[in-house]
Order: sequence, then structure tokens, then C-alpha cells
Amino acid sequence: MNIPQELKYTKDHEWVKVEGDIATIGITDFAQGELGDIVYVEVETEGETLDAEEVFGSVEAVKTVSDLFMPIAGEIVEFNEELESEPESVNSDPYGAGWMIKVKVADTAQLDALLDADAYKALVG
Amino acid sequence: MIPLGSCTMKLNAASELMPITFPGFAHMHPFAPLEQAQGYHEMFAQLEKDLCEATGFAAMSLQPNSGAQGEYAGLMVIKAYHEANGDADRKVCLIPSSAHGTNPASAVMAGFEIVVTKCDEMGNIDVEDLKAKAEEHKDRLGALMVTYPSTHGVYEEAIQEITSIIHAHGGQVYMDGANMNAQVGLTNPGNIGADVCHLNLHKTFAIPHGGGGPGMGPIGVAAHLADFLPGSVMLEKAGGSKAINAVSAAPYGSALILMISYAYIKMLGAEGLRHSTEMAIVNANYIKARLSEHYGILYTGKNNTVAHEMILDCRDFKRDAGVEVADIAKRLIDYGFHSPTVSFPVAETLMIEPTESEDKEELDRFCDAMISIRKEIKEIENGHADRENNLLKNAPHTADCIINKDWNYPYSPQEAAYPIEYLKDYKYWVPVRRVDNAFGDRNLICSCPSIESYEMA
Repeated sequence: MNIPQELKYTKDHEWVKVEGDIATIGITDFAQGELGDIVYVEVETEGETLDAEEVFGSVEAVKTVSDLFMPIAGEIVEFNEELESEPESVNSDPYGAGWMIKVKVADTAQLDALLDADAYKALVG
Repeated sequence: MIPLGSCTMKLNAASELMPITFPGFAHMHPFAPLEQAQGYHEMFAQLEKDLCEATGFAAMSLQPNSGAQGEYAGLMVIKAYHEANGDADRKVCLIPSSAHGTNPASAVMAGFEIVVTKCDEMGNIDVEDLKAKAEEHKDRLGALMVTYPSTHGVYEEAIQEITSIIHAHGGQVYMDGANMNAQVGLTNPGNIGADVCHLNLHKTFAIPHGGGGPGMGPIGVAAHLADFLPGSVMLEKAGGSKAINAVSAAPYGSALILMISYAYIKMLGAEGLRHSTEMAIVNANYIKARLSEHYGILYTGKNNTVAHEMILDCRDFKRDAGVEVADIAKRLIDYGFHSPTVSFPVAETLMIEPTESEDKEELDRFCDAMISIRKEIKEIENGHADRENNLLKNAPHTADCIINKDWNYPYSPQEAAYPIEYLKDYKYWVPVRRVDNAFGDRNLICSCPSIESYEMA
């Protein structure tokens, strides 16, 4: 299973990559494997400011639909519109082309509460 | 056998279905004046009485057309009751994490705020967490929605304690009746402390279902809620004295198919209904006993038994053999079975509910198929079969693929089509092979004819 060392993670299986005050967010390799073939990614919260753990969208696989949770508080400044026509990138490249949203981080202190790669690895065992 | 867990697919006897073709019933308009529908009303009255007896409740509304509509109606009744008591603010609805997704959806529609309570590792409601949340919201607690036996197929030991905690904090208990097939004649919702429940007549009381209905989801209520049962603008008689608004256009829902449940109840009688429940439980436990040597059973009660259904754990097969639960479901078609429920309520599991309808021979045939499939998985686990190109991944096998002269799978056509003896006497040939679910879901194609095609030639 692929768990890149440089990323931060949540117990809800999202990953976070921070560059300046912008955080890129997606779901982990483990999450996409559990969900199976992803057929739709719905994010209608672009431009909204949400708290940590609020639902920012949902991901639909052949067998189930799962909510997507904000790892940290902030404004959703961009949604990866490529996913509208190619949701399968979440399966094939969860940490690259399968990224979901970019968030303007409200409080950088919240980043410290996220899991590092080793802690996330321990979680999914 | 269609052993769909959580959905009670039982035998729909022809004798039960026959009355729906009687012209006197079939040709009646839902808004026909009372005096022109006396036969119907006599049937409604008796059915209501029988269903009250089965649920231990005081009154019944035959209006809701489905389980979900029953949930909505029942919650609206609870809301009206709280409002009548000056408790309009009681809008918190506790729902255990094991609940069917319909429960929170109905509660939100009825204007409740959802608070989710935890389950323990055995799949039971975490009573301490429930108590803490009931306490925390005691000034605003409106209702609990609970399924009994639970969605995990186990009789929740603490159910009476759970319902009394809710009552002690001012709430009402809504019981989801999806699993009534494990209660009828043995216990009832009134007995476990519920105030309202719906009955899926299309599950427990023999109305055929699948393919979108029609179903019927009447609700039963304890005496203190009877006044609030849904009314109808078309029929003054329907509903209680402080009736909530209609939840369905027709005052008695899909009234015609009530004949099926009426016939089922009248032909079986109280003793027969009870015997059905007992057989449903015994059948489930027979399957559990035969399969537990080969598959993990996810949840069992304290006597190591299940209620009327069970969850087979298939999660490790993905790691050990690359086999997903959908592969087992597809392979079951080769063995002549419609698959049980997959990935509900737990992902990568099978939920099996045989009901009382099947005899031992049919149960054995199903168990033999499941055991044989387990052996096929083992062949992959120990490396004798390929992880990608095997009996399960390539299932189901059509006649067309079996007789193809270019057969090039690493197993024989016989192993694919006749893996087990009984198939030589009885073989179902599936018309299509595996469909690409992901492709279908990603590429919706509207098949409506173009408007030009309506032009006269």
C-alpha cells in the first residue's frame, strides 16, 4: 500500500499536502482500494468556508457512497474538475491526478493535529 | 431461493395472490365512498386488528406505501404527540450506527436532528453511549430509531433497557419493522417497549417485492399515539382525531395488495404465523451451523446463535486470494442461485436470510454451493489457481462460453458449469457474463428515442 512519507493524513482516510497556506486534499490509496471502482466525485462546496470534520462532498463507488470530510478548517478555493469526466483517476493515481480540493488553511495550528505517514500506516495496519 | 438478508424474500403463494384479481376489489377506486367499499373496509378492519395483535399495539394505519413512508409517518406522529404535549422542541433523534440508511433519511425529512450512537465490537448498541447521549439531550430528546433484531441479525439483549432509557428521558421509540419475520408470534414491538413501528407487508406478510414494488408499510402505534395517525382529505373516517396530514394520496395506500397479507394471515392463523417465525429462525441457524466451519459468522448472540439472518465475513478473501464478495455473488449464479445481499450492512460481507419458505433439501443445496465456492477460493489462496484468471473472477459462465471451441481458461468447462452434482439435474444458464459495473455507472446513456422518431412515417 502506498503511503507517501511527505503527506499528512486523517483517520477518515484523507491525505493533505501543504504548500504555503494552500492545502491539497484527496483520499488515500487505502481508501480507494476499499471503495473499489470510483464512478463519481461530487463536490459542490467550492467557495465555501467549512470547519474541520465537516462534509465537503461525497465519493461514489460501484457499491457504496461515502462522505468526504474536511481534515482542517478553511475555504475551498478549487475543485479538481478533471474528476468530473475521469473519476477513475482517484483509483489510478490517488495522490496525483486524483486530488480533490484545494483549501486556504484558516489555522495552520490545526495541521499539527493530523497524522503523519507512520501513524496512518499504524491505523490501517 | 433468493436468500436476501435484510429484505425477507419469502414464498408468495398463488393462493395468497389470487384475490387481487377479484373484480370487486381490483376495480375499486381508492376514493370510492365508504358505502360502496364495505367489503374493503371489513377487510381493512380485520387486517388492522390482526396486525395490532402481531405488533402488540393499539391502532394501525394502513396508509403508508413503503417502509420508508412508514418511518416518515411514524416520526411525524411522534412529532405531533410532542407538540400536543407542549414539547415542540423535542427534535433530537438518536440513531445507532448500525441502522439502515433509510432511518436517518426519514428522520431528517420529518424535521429531526440526528445524533448517532455507537455500537460495540459485537455489533450491539453501546448502552453506555446511548445513555450518555440521551442524558445530554434530555430536554430535547424526541425519538430513538431502532431495528430489532438488529441489522446485524442478532436479538439485542439490552433492548428493553434501551427503550426504557429513552422513555425516562422523554423520548419515544420508533422500531424499524424490517426484521419482523424474526418476531411474529414470539415477541412484538409493544413488548420490547416501542411506541411506533412500521411493518413491511411486502417482506414479513408475503406481498411479492423486488423491481420497485409496490410495497406496503403500515404503522402500528401504542394507545397514546392513536389519535395522531394520518388522515385523508378524501375520507373522513381515515386516521385519528388529531390526525397528521396524509402521507399518501390514497387513504389506504396500495389497498389492493393488502389482500395478499390478509390471505397470508388468515390462511396461516396465529399458530401458523408463529410456526413460520420459528422455522425462519431455525433455518437461519441451520445454515449458520453448516457454514460456520467454512466462513466466519460476523455477529452472533450470547448462545452463539443468530436470529433469522446472518452475515458471512468475506473480507479476508480479498487479501488472501484477491476475491471480492461480488465475485462470490457472480459465482453463485453458476450454481443456480440468486446471491444474498452483498456488502450490507458491512462492506465485503454476504447477508443471508433463508426465511421459513425453503425445505431442508433447498437449504442443503445452497450450503453445498457455498462450501464448494469456499474450496475454489482455497485453491487460489494456496496458489493452485491463478489470482486473476479463475472460476470466481470469470463467473458467471454462459452456455455460449462453455461450448466455445477456443476455450482457454486454466480450468475445465465442467468445473465452470457443473462444479457440483445437483447441477446435472438442474442447471440455470445465465444469459450474460460479467457486466462492467464501473463502465456502466460512469457512462450513462439515455435510451429515449429521439423526438423525430415519433413523426408519422
